[in-house]
Amino acid sequence: MTSQDSPPEGLYAAREPVFPRRVKGNFRTLKWWIMAVTLGIYYVTPWLRWDRGPNLPDQAVLVDMAGRRFFFFMIEIWPHEFYFVAGLLIMAGLGLFLFTSALGRVWCGYACPQTVWTDLFILVERWIEGDRNARIRLHRQTWDMEKLRKRAVKWTVWFLIGLATGGAWIFYFTDAPTLLGQLLTFSAPPVAYITMFILTMTTFWFGGFAREQICIYACPWPRIQAAMLDEESITVAYRDWRGEPRGKLKHGEPLAEGQGDCIDCMACVNVCPMGIDIRNGQQLACITCALCIDACDDVMDKIGKPRGLIGYLALTDEALERAGNPPKSVWAHVFRVRTVLYTLLWATVGIALVVALFLRTEIDVNVTPVRNPTFVTLSDGSIRNAYDFRLLNKHGEDRDFHISASSDAAMRVSLEGTTELRVTVPANQTKTQRVYLTAEAGSPAASDERTDVTFWVEDRLSNERVSHRTIFNGLDREDPEKKDD
Amino acid sequence: MSERNLTRKPGEVETTGHEWDGIEELNNPLPRWWLWTFYATIFWGLIYTILFPAWPLISGATPGLLGFSTRARVATEIARVETANAPMRDRLVAADLGAIKDDPELLQFATSAGAAVFRTNCSQCHGSGAAGVQASGYPNLLDDDWIWGGTMEDIHTTIAHGIRNTTDDQARYSQMPAFGVDGLLEEPQIDAVVQHVLAISGQEHDAALAAEGATVFAENCAACHTEAGTGDRALGAPNLTDAIWLYGGTAADLTYTVTNSRFGVMPNWNTRLSEADIRAVALYVHGLGGGE
Repeated sequence: MTSQDSPPEGLYAAREPVFPRRVKGNFRTLKWWIMAVTLGIYYVTPWLRWDRGPNLPDQAVLVDMAGRRFFFFMIEIWPHEFYFVAGLLIMAGLGLFLFTSALGRVWCGYACPQTVWTDLFILVERWIEGDRNARIRLHRQTWDMEKLRKRAVKWTVWFLIGLATGGAWIFYFTDAPTLLGQLLTFSAPPVAYITMFILTMTTFWFGGFAREQICIYACPWPRIQAAMLDEESITVAYRDWRGEPRGKLKHGEPLAEGQGDCIDCMACVNVCPMGIDIRNGQQLACITCALCIDACDDVMDKIGKPRGLIGYLALTDEALERAGNPPKSVWAHVFRVRTVLYTLLWATVGIALVVALFLRTEIDVNVTPVRNPTFVTLSDGSIRNAYDFRLLNKHGEDRDFHISASSDAAMRVSLEGTTELRVTVPANQTKTQRVYLTAEAGSPAASDERTDVTFWVEDRLSNERVSHRTIFNGLDREDPEKKDD
Repeated sequence: MSERNLTRKPGEVETTGHEWDGIEELNNPLPRWWLWTFYATIFWGLIYTILFPAWPLISGATPGLLGFSTRARVATEIARVETANAPMRDRLVAADLGAIKDDPELLQFATSAGAAVFRTNCSQCHGSGAAGVQASGYPNLLDDDWIWGGTMEDIHTTIAHGIRNTTDDQARYSQMPAFGVDGLLEEPQIDAVVQHVLAISGQEHDAALAAEGATVFAENCAACHTEAGTGDRALGAPNLTDAIWLYGGTAADLTYTVTNSRFGVMPNWNTRLSEADIRAVALYVHGLGGGE
């Protein structure tokens, strides 16, 4: 422990409530738009329809857990194509790296659901309880009818927002209109109500009460971002070389000699949803929401000083400006080796996913050679191998799959349970089928230890063909019958 | 993150005394709700150990107030599955043996059930892959050769009643004489008939001896194995002309078989398995590649 003058603080401290003041400005407007768009996407998406033909859901975005399928407009992802989801997650990760190294915690400040919903909850709070000062008064007020009424109304609206949020979430997992009907008639499955309840309560709690505590104590991302920022990353900063020494501005009097531009009006602190003072420098709790920039610019306009006492700034700019030079352009911060590298990686994964998406076929086959035993000797001395086929039909209708094999050695294909070389696979299903390959006694395939073989599965209706390479096991080298040859 | 910090200059917050490259670790107090959450988890943990089996004793553990038991849960789950499967099992027993394959739903159910029954009851002798044990008397069920027949009815009878057991009157029964041990054939005669069998099964043989053996075969073996040696399923007499040998097809194996005879036994399963299980496993075996 270092020595210090202040009395030792307790190990634990109660949360100090934050009452963000209303603010107007460019960044605030931008944030309103982003809020409207992101919330709009979230609430509206499940209601979009997309016609996929018969036997398939018409919901544009649907995570069908029971059917193990994911629908996204024209794209349909099956469980074995989960690498698409992995790819999207990698892209999301790289995207965050890119934005963080270029623009700092821009995700936290503008797009994070915690920020967006908290913003919405604060908006509701302001409508019902008034702006900062009114809210502080209400906070200190004893629990009379007025406080009770305002709190009840506020919590009710919060709860309704939470309910809509939890409700919208479950619509992504089943047909939205059907589920809404079930919800209203109390005939929806319990898991729907449970999920809705949990998400309602977490939204209510995180947006209404926990707020900045989530960012500071619960979220791992600020810690990771702290390590990802570098001196070129743009963050919100206070130009202390311009603002200090700060001092109050008396009405009608000019600024005192040697006084900085900061008039210590606390506007930046009062609007901060995180309850911090940006003038202490960039800090862990700052989500770079830029509301302090709007607040300070407003004050600077009023006292007739240039804007930008608080602004988006990188550490290198800070050094330049202190030395009296102009800061670098934003593009110089954005286009760097690091960000270009992230962009390239991001684009590579993206292109790979798009290519994979277009190379997909509507039919698929997975072949598992039966290894127990590797081969069977039939009564006429021929050697037979068995293969378990898993045939996948992604079409919305039943399809006939024709099975054939090609190999250098002669072999005969046959199917278990049928004399034909054709299997009907029901719409949107997988079917397992055992397939046999038989090599005549003494033929090359029967005598060789192993022979390469390629199975072909063909859907003649859509003219699609998929193949699977595997091997045919003949008699072992150790087999006495072969020694006799 | 509060007014407390606003009243101080940066650096005035208490630090932990840890410093790396000039960066100090601030020692801000934890939020109090965090502390209460911590207490709540402890409380929850205590309640949990009272309600559920938790504290180890000399033998076993405290049972817990709720009487929770994973074994009981498994038993319930099994009972639930059996109840759910009951209609399908009834359908399986009621169905005509040959017609099960025409009912896709029933076929899928029976094949899955049969695979499970096979793994539990049959794999000990026939192997988990149903390939038997080569040349040791445990038949390979994958090939197309059947001593007692390979239709659904044949397989069903074999499984239900078994082979050469003493516990079921209807067990399939046949016994080949021990020609050598019982003195029915002299050693040269046995050598000759073995060469004949090698000949009719298309293996290397001594042609002169084989010709001699043909007479011995006609007199002693053809009654069951037929003149041509193709066997007789009604008598359980194996086909001697094909490439499949239950006890091995070399001269030594055949000499041993003719001298001492063979007597493979399979238990009757009608006392151990339900009719539905027997039908299911018969269907499974029938679908392994050799079903007729």
